[in-house]
Amino acid sequence: MSNSSIRDTFFEECEELLEALVEGLAAMEENASDMEVVNAVFRAVHSIKGGAGAFALDRLVNFAHTFETVMDKVRSKQLAVNEELMLLFHRSGDQLADLVEAARDEREPNAESEAAILKELSAYLGDVESEEEIAFDAAPLAFDAAPLALDIGEHDPPTGTELRRFDIRFCPTPALYANGHEPLLLFDALAELGPLSVTADLSRLPEFDRFDPEDAVINWRLTLLTSEDETVLHEVFEFVDALCDLEIAVSDEPVVAVDEPPLDSRASQGLPAPTDRAALAEPKAQEDTTPPPSAKTATASAPRDEPRGPRPTLRVDLDRVDRLINTVGELIINQAMISQRIEELELPAVAHLTNELEAYKLLARDIQEGVMAIRAQPVKPLFQRMSRIVREAAEVTGKKVKLVTVGDSTEVDKTVIERLADPLTHMVRNAVDHGLERPEKRAELGKDTTGAIRLSASHRSGSVFIEIADDGAGLNRARILEKAIEKGLVSPEAELSEQEVDNLLFLPGFSTAAEVSNLSGRGVGMDVVKNAVAALGGRVSITSSPGAGTTFTIVLPLTLAVMDGFVISIADQTMVIPIASIIETIRPNPRDLHCIGTDGEVISVRGAYVPIVDVARNLGLSSERADSSGVLLLVSTEGQGLTALRVGAIHDQRQVVIKSLESNYGAIAGVSAATILGDGKIALILDPDELVKLTPAAIFLPPASPPRPELRHA
Amino acid sequence: MTTKVLAIDDSRTIRNLLRVSLEGAGFEYHSACDGVEGVEQFAEVEPDVVITDINMPNMDGFGVIDNLRSGPNRTTVPIIVLTTESGPDLKARAREAGATGWIVKPFDDASLVSVLRRLTGHVV
Repeated sequence: MSNSSIRDTFFEECEELLEALVEGLAAMEENASDMEVVNAVFRAVHSIKGGAGAFALDRLVNFAHTFETVMDKVRSKQLAVNEELMLLFHRSGDQLADLVEAARDEREPNAESEAAILKELSAYLGDVESEEEIAFDAAPLAFDAAPLALDIGEHDPPTGTELRRFDIRFCPTPALYANGHEPLLLFDALAELGPLSVTADLSRLPEFDRFDPEDAVINWRLTLLTSEDETVLHEVFEFVDALCDLEIAVSDEPVVAVDEPPLDSRASQGLPAPTDRAALAEPKAQEDTTPPPSAKTATASAPRDEPRGPRPTLRVDLDRVDRLINTVGELIINQAMISQRIEELELPAVAHLTNELEAYKLLARDIQEGVMAIRAQPVKPLFQRMSRIVREAAEVTGKKVKLVTVGDSTEVDKTVIERLADPLTHMVRNAVDHGLERPEKRAELGKDTTGAIRLSASHRSGSVFIEIADDGAGLNRARILEKAIEKGLVSPEAELSEQEVDNLLFLPGFSTAAEVSNLSGRGVGMDVVKNAVAALGGRVSITSSPGAGTTFTIVLPLTLAVMDGFVISIADQTMVIPIASIIETIRPNPRDLHCIGTDGEVISVRGAYVPIVDVARNLGLSSERADSSGVLLLVSTEGQGLTALRVGAIHDQRQVVIKSLESNYGAIAGVSAATILGDGKIALILDPDELVKLTPAAIFLPPASPPRPELRHA
Repeated sequence: MTTKVLAIDDSRTIRNLLRVSLEGAGFEYHSACDGVEGVEQFAEVEPDVVITDINMPNMDGFGVIDNLRSGPNRTTVPIIVLTTESGPDLKARAREAGATGWIVKPFDDASLVSVLRRLTGHVV
């Protein structure tokens, strides 16, 4: 494992730790007296600090240390958690994440907020302590506290300073050996300080047959010449102090003050002059009766590689997973082909082939689901990131906001999660900025002054639903309409339904805030959100009720690779339309069909008129007006409400593998992708939203772009 | 016979770093990610020296030292504490529990290896 890959795993681990931190802080909000939770938070910060130290990331170490020290005060109950402190912890967590990220990307972290948070954290440490901590932090990596009893660090040879003679009597107890200490190592450490002579007192050594290997029977006399202070000697014995009888006596008179190396001075004192210092200690120590460390039986246990982590995981190159997904797609197509061929053979029913075929189909589907699950990830990290967005937005706007997340274990395709981050960030900011009222206003209205943003994820009927709900004032529809008219997005005479007004938000360049706030007014409109979601094959919708809040719902396909579709025919061509987009299929009764103008046609569905779109005409496959035969597919498209798509016939409902048309051929308006059917033919997959936009007739609300002010609502 | 080291630390990064240093220096390296697993591993691996972190989930380093010095595993092998802490109280506690030494993270590869070699009788 190379150093850079250890570094990579450090940052990976940091991400996990930061996740645990956010989770822990959220749990602390619930119950700050749960010491397990506080400990977990402490540990997360602590582990980041530990790892960061190894890579000399001083700045990160420093921040983590201060954060950890305050958290430690909470842990030791010297500091009580209140709302203010909790907020500081959250901000510290965010800052820590920023520092980790900055260290990883080798960029500058946000120094301003770092300094501010450090200052606030330090305020909790009290004067003395904070100064101390900072002093410690100034050189946290200086390796100042080297292994003490085992200190083998370099000491400058004492030259030209006063040498003093220390006489040491060292009588180990059995406990010293039991704790794994080795006198030889202590003597080595002493020998680093200056010339040392060691004498073993073997007088208490028993006869061999009465020898107890666990007893300590040898006492030692040592003489050390050193310029070091007595405290340094005590440091050497720090870990054995309580495990031995130790006397250190210093002779007051300076032994000698010379400029020559100590070896000579030793000779002049009539001390034994061994050839080297280690040899001085060694021969005696060899006789030492230290009980052998516990009987070591050479068990041939194979080295185990991090045997049991908290979550056993396997890291796999994403390309490999995608290749597998692609192959599984081929498998599904192949299975469909085999089914079709066998059907064509019209085998007698006694041939059990159909059963086996059915089993094959199920297996193929299992494999496909299993492979998709590899790419699936919980939305939790995404939601956790939003808690930071909420906090920042709350800080900027001066609003009080609480984020509630529901269903964060819901799993979604990795790519979807990645591409959802930006739109979701925008919507959450919007919800705080535009959705929630100011605390004073909320108090007036008798609402809790703390507004709530609810982020939820769930699986429903083969789709993923993500909702961003606020309990604010709800959409100001009059204001929205006014703005849209002002901007020429809609005709002043237009009469729009509530839903249609709401959908105006998704038009490009729409902004309701009277002034562009520096928070959400960053030039990104809801149209960008809508496009991002649409690019993932999903859609966004709004519901809002005055005084109670607004809910944005994002509906996404479970996977990007396979979908359920209707196989339909359109002007003699076989095509596929996603089932998820179809609300209802209608075999129209001519009585319900009505013509509007020269070209338009609507159908009455339970009293409401729904415009009909002729798919064949919109795709340019047929110029003639279709007869009233065929089937209508009722779809709900963004911005345009209900629309009925006229198609020739529905042949089949099946799972199809999505093959990108854009990367293999080119984009075609109204078509989102292609697939291969069981007979080996390629079929286009229709995009209902786009299809509707192709409509030449101006009977709908303005299409998303470009805005046409003269448009009227029918 | 190679010298066996058991490292107990909840940080994967530290475990990785130790692995690289110690395997590079010719030790047989074993690791555990918390105290409970560390004690289990101890019985299985029978290491010649133990390196343990203090702050860990499930069982902390003090728990490990207690267990290895006075618990059922009762051993005299050296136990080195490897931690970011340097407080005198903690050090005293570790000492009383029976720790053999205390090394502050970040550790220096060469001196750690040297300490372990000396402790395990492989004086170089």
